[in-house]
Amino acid sequence: MSATTVKEPWVHVVKRDRMTVGKSALIHLAGVVLALIICALVIFMLTGLNPIDVYAGIWDGALGTSRRTWVTLRDSAILLCIGFAITPAFRMRFWNIGAEGQVLVGAMATAAVMIYGANWPSWALYTLMPIAGVLAGALWGLIPAVFKAKWNTNETLFTLMLNYVAMQAVTYAIIFWENPKGSNSVGLINMQSEAGWLPSIADNKYLLTIFVVLVIMVLLYGYMKYTKQGYEISVVGESENTARYAGINVKRVIIRTMALSGALAGVAGFLLVSGAGHTISTSVADGRGFTAIVVAWLGKLNPFAMLVVAFFLVFMQRGSIQIASQFGLNDSASEILTGIILFCVLGCEFFINYRLEFRHEEEAVKA
Amino acid sequence: MEKQPMIEMRGVTKRFGKVVANENVDLSVYPGEILSVLGENGSGKTTLMNMLSGIYFPDEGRIFINGKEVVIRSPKDAFVLGIGMIHQHFKLVDVLTAAENIILGLPGALTLDMKKVTADILALTKRYGFDIDLNRKIYEMSVSQKQTVEIVKMLYRGANILILDEPTAVLTPQETDKLFSVLRNMRDSGKSILIITHKLHEVLSLSDRVSVLRKGKYIGTVQTAEATEMSLTEMMVGKKVTLDIERPEPIGSEVRMEVKGVSCVNREGREVLHQVSFTAKSGEILGIAGIAGSGQKQLLEAIAGLQPVTAGSIIYFDEQNQQRELTKCSTAEIRMMGVRLSFVPEDRLGMGLVGAMGSTGNMMLRTYRSGSSVFTDRKTPRSMAEKIIKELEVVTPSVEAPVGRMSGGNVQKVLVGREIASSPRVLMVAYPVRGLDINSSYTIYHLLNEQKKSGASVLCVGEDLDVLLALCDRILVLSAGCVTGIVDGRTATKEEVGLLMTQGDRAHAKEETK
Repeated sequence: MSATTVKEPWVHVVKRDRMTVGKSALIHLAGVVLALIICALVIFMLTGLNPIDVYAGIWDGALGTSRRTWVTLRDSAILLCIGFAITPAFRMRFWNIGAEGQVLVGAMATAAVMIYGANWPSWALYTLMPIAGVLAGALWGLIPAVFKAKWNTNETLFTLMLNYVAMQAVTYAIIFWENPKGSNSVGLINMQSEAGWLPSIADNKYLLTIFVVLVIMVLLYGYMKYTKQGYEISVVGESENTARYAGINVKRVIIRTMALSGALAGVAGFLLVSGAGHTISTSVADGRGFTAIVVAWLGKLNPFAMLVVAFFLVFMQRGSIQIASQFGLNDSASEILTGIILFCVLGCEFFINYRLEFRHEEEAVKA
Repeated sequence: MEKQPMIEMRGVTKRFGKVVANENVDLSVYPGEILSVLGENGSGKTTLMNMLSGIYFPDEGRIFINGKEVVIRSPKDAFVLGIGMIHQHFKLVDVLTAAENIILGLPGALTLDMKKVTADILALTKRYGFDIDLNRKIYEMSVSQKQTVEIVKMLYRGANILILDEPTAVLTPQETDKLFSVLRNMRDSGKSILIITHKLHEVLSLSDRVSVLRKGKYIGTVQTAEATEMSLTEMMVGKKVTLDIERPEPIGSEVRMEVKGVSCVNREGREVLHQVSFTAKSGEILGIAGIAGSGQKQLLEAIAGLQPVTAGSIIYFDEQNQQRELTKCSTAEIRMMGVRLSFVPEDRLGMGLVGAMGSTGNMMLRTYRSGSSVFTDRKTPRSMAEKIIKELEVVTPSVEAPVGRMSGGNVQKVLVGREIASSPRVLMVAYPVRGLDINSSYTIYHLLNEQKKSGASVLCVGEDLDVLLALCDRILVLSAGCVTGIVDGRTATKEEVGLLMTQGDRAHAKEETK
């Protein structure tokens, strides 16, 4: 029998043993290096620019000055907060893609308290703002959860559509709150008095936001890992049948967990209005509700991994603003680079789980 | 001159990561022969067959069909070579008829002459003695009819080599006989048949030769005529084992649970249990027999509070012999009442356990609620898990290793271990040894007997009638959701039980004419 008629496939995929942490880290590192090389080629071929300059521009845009560094850190924190918001829902396999809307209504409620409570004593203002944000977010999370629990509606579609409802609600609210009249925007709320603006700590107006998110991170980690409710969420997520078998009230867990998920998104909304923008518009969430899904998935719902991912995404995003102005590239340039890097890093997963086996040449010769 | 084998596998090896599923396996099948591939669960039978049918690709080794070396890269390649495999889970489209399923995906002219196709298929079925209604839709068929459709489908596509993966697991004794006679007809007309099984008496009654695998390794091939149950078991397990299941005399025998006229409907509103009544007594094992899907699952789930009951009542007698009504109680309520009821469900990883969690996390399914703290106590379940791992010899790297990665026998030990740890007064087990190797099976039988001796009332749903007849004190037979009889396990015969297993429809009909 000649080798030509035996058409063994040139390559086939073989499942690998579980890899050591060090080895998989090495593969990831190789992925990043490969990504940087591909990016360099792409940059050079498309624009003719020196890739090193472009990389330097990105670095400069994200971390070039102390202010830029703090903004990058604060934005990472807020993105991370939304990532944390969807974590319990995702752990329960409840596909909450409505964080965008939950953040928006949280932001809207916060803004409402800021506007109507401009002259309240500051303790009342600062207590009511987060409460309003959290309650509004929780309510927005509860609606799809109740429908899911009672009538088994599709939560993906439901949460997605509620995003648009939230957007329209904000548009409607702006009509009442627009300042100055006819501008169709709210402008900076309480610009003079700065009432309801998140205070600075140690002369740093970004620190409090970052601190709040870190506290949430620790609490959420403890909640998911060490409490009975956290355990119930894991069981429901792994198998609803097992949960029922163990006597867990699945409906109650779904409703409770989505309220928590929405509430955390509400916190992000509060931070965006009170801590960052001091205004409200339909773009206040700016797609973060969807980016947070990327954060949660890439981080495999592990808070520490999510921190790295959130920072990376914001880093690239902030860098893109810089290279846009410095080299006249548009925002999409940095998105291409982000895409290439993510592709390479995610591609590593394949090589961690599988290895390729090539046709044994010597055997073919023998045959 | 020696006959040329239809299929020959030489030195075939397949690895999944560290696990070697098949190591250097040789196998040959001749035309007009039935070859049994025998081995315990996890010995690599299905993997080996999947390499013939193009689902897996071997890492090493060569395959010859009619003396010619071939490479099977996909199920399509296997089809071209005339290899057809009937999987345990049928691959049929429910809303199409038998005939439509049989021709589905075949190349042909633009227009479809269904009459000619049907005539062709009918000729085929007549030749081998199949009993099949080609115009019936798949969803209206019983499991055994669906299996027939699968076989006819393969034959119609010109398969000369038929691989059947545990074909009798879902059949009654009578249906099994029918299948075997069809397979013999096919053999006599020159086809090669490979049948994967771990039931020894089937091997002996059906096949011409037996190839035995153990832990992925090829042990040897023997002529069936020269083999006995004992010799085959020894090849399979690697040492002598006694095949007798002990059956201690029942003790105590007080009524522990009374089920009276229980009916249930499924989600589509069809009645799946019809006026089921029986009593379960302490210190005995009550077997529940029936064709798969006769309501066994619903019966156990109804008792466990997982399935709403539409009529009837379930009464439990507690330590003080007080009657406690469980009929409308949820699982959580039953636990809260202090009813010591344990349940080992059929779907171990989908219902009894959480595959992604470790042994500790799975112990917590029962214990996590204890205490008033909002935090979970992991210490108690952890020591419980350690105890079960030690006492039942569960093979696992650690108490935190996901149970989903364990072998079937170890998974079941964790589950049964957890359920008997609460010293139940009623223990319900569904298909407790399905997918387990012989040694693990005997461990489980032993555990059930231990529970019986300590006075628990054991309800055991089983599929292997030989085992039920050897293990149980009484056997309740379910058919189409009705109890068609309760027989004495010591005196009943397999034929008697087999007949009762198909009488449910008649019982239904009788009821309705009344």
